[in-house]
Amino acid sequence: MEKYAVYVPRLIKRKEKFAPGHRACIGCGEALAVRLAFKALDNNIVVANATGCMEIVASQIPYTTWHVPWIHTLFENTAAVASGIEAGYKAMKRKGVQVPDNVKVIAMAGDGGTSDIGLQALSGALERGHDFVYLCFDNEAYMNTGVQRSSATPYGAVTTTSPAGKNSIGQFSWKKNMPEIAAAHNIPYVATACHSYPFDLMDKVAKAASIPGPAYVHILSVCPTGWRSPTDTVVKLGRLAVETGIFPLYEVENGQYKMSIELPKLKPVKDYLKQQGRFRHLSDDIIAKIQERVEIEYQKLVEKAENGSKRAKRKSKTGAAKIST
Amino acid sequence: MAKSESELTWKDLEIGCIVTEPGSARQYETGAWRSQRPTYDFSKCIKCGICQLYCPEGCVEQNEDGVFEANMFYCKGCGICAKECWTRVITMVEEEEK
Repeated sequence: MEKYAVYVPRLIKRKEKFAPGHRACIGCGEALAVRLAFKALDNNIVVANATGCMEIVASQIPYTTWHVPWIHTLFENTAAVASGIEAGYKAMKRKGVQVPDNVKVIAMAGDGGTSDIGLQALSGALERGHDFVYLCFDNEAYMNTGVQRSSATPYGAVTTTSPAGKNSIGQFSWKKNMPEIAAAHNIPYVATACHSYPFDLMDKVAKAASIPGPAYVHILSVCPTGWRSPTDTVVKLGRLAVETGIFPLYEVENGQYKMSIELPKLKPVKDYLKQQGRFRHLSDDIIAKIQERVEIEYQKLVEKAENGSKRAKRKSKTGAAKIST
Repeated sequence: MAKSESELTWKDLEIGCIVTEPGSARQYETGAWRSQRPTYDFSKCIKCGICQLYCPEGCVEQNEDGVFEANMFYCKGCGICAKECWTRVITMVEEEEK
């Protein structure tokens, strides 16, 4: 795969839907993730974009970065607007208005717009089963307003509203497990992705768009500004997050868990934490605590994936037996 | 957009602040933010395009010779391409005053 990856990048579509000239920070991982995700989609889409970094940097009036129909929504109603667009197309078709077929609605938001403020609208839209794709670009805090903690901020991270000091270790709670919350709605497709694995990311977004019904893709996007790391380590940090098990890549298709990358052995989390200024203050015992938690969570996922594949095998066996008899 | 950003007034706004021209941000020069610039040694280039894939700006283009080069009008000088290049074609140097 490593060798194969050397010559594949030039086969990727060149046309950008997220044009250069946007005002994202230098080395923005989220801009990279958005660019890659929209390369996987065709032109027949409508985008509903929550307030957040990607809305601010891409649509400074009188300019826009987007080459596709795009609407800015508030933090709390991205999923509601997306479901409204989808319902609108359906209604127009029913009334015999000429509208293009198979328009896919894409809702995108940051981690704050997904796991804090927009959660109830998202939950409602997932439950009603609208045909849309929700992309969450998770940079683990409210970076756009100047690094405030969100519920997706990992344990121990420094933000301006969870500073580290004598009486505080930074963020005091564990990262909210948003993909699991989405998976708990029993929707057809949930996946996690990272911009450091571009082909995996593009595959997952394309798959999410091809499946009828709601799909949720959670994309970790490194933010050098808020994570206090050098701009050129963006891709490396994403890779480390996956290799240490902090952000495992998996997909849930109709309740069936599947790991995207088989890691024989997890790297120590220290490799990942020590690269970032926001974890600079962590002592060894807190790192050990994080390591323990990461291993438990990763093991849980692996077990779910194993049980799922066993169940699928059993099902296919009994199915085959039925046909033969 | 016919007018430049400084010439626009509120009278030029569409109803609902709609932007009618897709991708008009291409006129905006982000290259001025740069403090480091990529320099290339094309003799080592294997034309794989990994720099094009990992560029957050999407400003890396393939030129007539088939090698990939960043468009300096947009390049913000993050250095991701220099780190990710397999054959170390790209090195970052300090942007000097003109």
